[in-house]
Amino acid sequence: MIHQCVDQFACQAANINFNVDGLLNGFWQLSIDGLSWGAIYALVAVGYTLVFGVLRLINFAHSEIFMLGMFGAYFCLDFILGFTPSGNAYNKGVALTILYLAIAMIFAMLVSGLAALGLEAVAYRPLRRRNARSLTFLITAIGMSFVLQEFVHFILPHIIKGYGGSNAQQPIILVQPKTQFTVFGASVSNVTIVIVVAATVLALLTDIAINRTKFGRGIRAVAQDSTTATLMGVSRERIIMMTFLIGGVLAGAASLLYMLKVPQGIIYSGGFLLGIKAFSAAVLGGIGNLRGALLGGLLLGIMENYGQAVFGTQWRDVVAFVLLVLVLLIRPTGILGESLGKARA
Amino acid sequence: MVVGIAGCNQSTPEQGNSSQSDLKIVEQVQIDQKGVEVKPAAGTTPANPAGDGKASCPPLSIAMAGALTGPDAALGINIKNGVKLAVDQHNAANPGCQVQLKEFDTEGDPQKATGIAPQIVDDQYTVGLVGPAFSGETKATGTVFDQAGLVSITASATNPTLTENGWKTFFRGLANDAVQGPSVANYLKDTLKFDKICVVDDSTDYGVGLAEAVRTTLGPVADSGCNIQVKKGDKDFSAAVTQIKGIAPKAVFYSGYYSEAAPFVQQLKDGGVEATFVSADGTKDNEFVKQAGGASKDAILSCPCGPATGPFVDEYTKSAGQALGTYSTEGYDLATILLKGIDSGAITRPALLDFVKNYNGQGVARNYQWTDKGELTSTLVWIYKVQ
Repeated sequence: MIHQCVDQFACQAANINFNVDGLLNGFWQLSIDGLSWGAIYALVAVGYTLVFGVLRLINFAHSEIFMLGMFGAYFCLDFILGFTPSGNAYNKGVALTILYLAIAMIFAMLVSGLAALGLEAVAYRPLRRRNARSLTFLITAIGMSFVLQEFVHFILPHIIKGYGGSNAQQPIILVQPKTQFTVFGASVSNVTIVIVVAATVLALLTDIAINRTKFGRGIRAVAQDSTTATLMGVSRERIIMMTFLIGGVLAGAASLLYMLKVPQGIIYSGGFLLGIKAFSAAVLGGIGNLRGALLGGLLLGIMENYGQAVFGTQWRDVVAFVLLVLVLLIRPTGILGESLGKARA
Repeated sequence: MVVGIAGCNQSTPEQGNSSQSDLKIVEQVQIDQKGVEVKPAAGTTPANPAGDGKASCPPLSIAMAGALTGPDAALGINIKNGVKLAVDQHNAANPGCQVQLKEFDTEGDPQKATGIAPQIVDDQYTVGLVGPAFSGETKATGTVFDQAGLVSITASATNPTLTENGWKTFFRGLANDAVQGPSVANYLKDTLKFDKICVVDDSTDYGVGLAEAVRTTLGPVADSGCNIQVKKGDKDFSAAVTQIKGIAPKAVFYSGYYSEAAPFVQQLKDGGVEATFVSADGTKDNEFVKQAGGASKDAILSCPCGPATGPFVDEYTKSAGQALGTYSTEGYDLATILLKGIDSGAITRPALLDFVKNYNGQGVARNYQWTDKGELTSTLVWIYKVQ
């Protein structure tokens, strides 16, 4: 199992395809699969965009908040709900499964939300007190990302036996993906339905919370002009905490949806790439803009799925980032523009 | 509320009846490069490190070098446990010949190994070495052992080029990568009669090299419509699954490691692909079965590493305190060969080298006899199945 390139065989990496037929034949299936990925990206992207809107900080540790959410959901299913990990699906019937999923999701949201609050309190608040420069925040964010990853990698196994470490958790699969109905020949699975419905509901709730409530007005006010907002009686610190909380809670929800799609993905490094994608989605839609993040997530998920059909699966991530660059060339502030404060209705 | 539910809920997976939750990787047949079954020589008993118990020798040591810490430590430890068991059995049976085992931790890193190799050869008590474990470190240190005339037998380094360096002291205790690809490909094509196979690789050196060998041997049987490359680290294979489903192959060969193979096989089954899942030594790990669960059932895995049978398995489990792992058997067999040499009176480096060069005998995993270059004369690959 120990290998280097075997000389006599072709060692050149990755040949690039150009398979338009693949895209045309599988168009609807690719769209639907991409949509469910996009929904997950969108939920995570909200965390990046809100924090950026309020603090002008790219919270790179957000991907680890997501990762902790996965472990939270796993813990809940394993310890609290009593599912033994096995790699085989429990199919408990629709009602029970939804109930279990809801409980696990709430637990994951709690874990991620609290982790995000903790992250803010431990890492960013002291820096704000000292009026640190934005570069310091960025480095801290990257550092915290490593701290959280390595915590799960090396320390968690000593706290809870069988958790964390170098290998992925043995999966707990609540429900096996089964085709429920077909649209234009593309099969829509129960998992896809759950993901899309849950993500839509959460996205709508978040949109209402930001655009229609007093708290939301506060967030938008701080994003627009924090000094003036403070003068108007908005507590900036409280708004910042709320922002982290909302971002964390949505990342927690996304982590459970991700687990449905990839039960074997619960590993310390499991949030990293997804976090970068979600961040890109936020930039794509216009970072700082809530609806931009949601739109960017969906677009990114669908486009990269088309891209991998055309160019080959191994180009999936490349397609995502090329798309980002292209969009930014045409619209430097992203599709919907940057401002959370002046969020377009 | 949550706790209340927990109390009355002891769940078992729907598919988790006894036959499936006890899935294990079980050996099937041993094949040659044509994919034809080669029956293990019947009636031969594997060499026993204990010998006749009458051996006498001055204080000597054999060395074991490989990753004992770090991310790849599992493999090195598997080998070390095998070597240790052989040495312990030998010493317990032969009060007149106590051989010490010296372990050297290279972390699997060629640079570290370069620093450690002189320590091994400078120790005049050391007459033989099991290792190094990985191809990279073996490449970096081979010349040192060659110049010192210290016989080094690897239990796991499978890069084909290692035996082409002109080293006179290097021996490989298992088939190399250039053997595995053609063997498994011919087995799928000729023995199992699969007439349409999708070959998927993970874009690593290992995955690409093995996949190319498999594709070349399969020829037209490897469907050109599904030569798919994924990436190590991917967890979502929906596009690949869609593509494979359109081709409807008889088998899918995945050339990569277990951490991707597990979600891949699960997504294939969930996606309604009924093809047999086939993979190689990178996937032959219990972790694969743990992660993929029922979806891994009936998967075929090839490996140059041999299975173990008989009392060895229990002795190993007892001695190592863990289940038998990949390459443990090789470690045990190779250490046994060195110990038999010492017992036969080959107590100097040149004598032991000579002993290994002319050795021909049965081990737990296979028969060991080497060519001039240090490859096994019969390079066979094992086929395993998850069942």
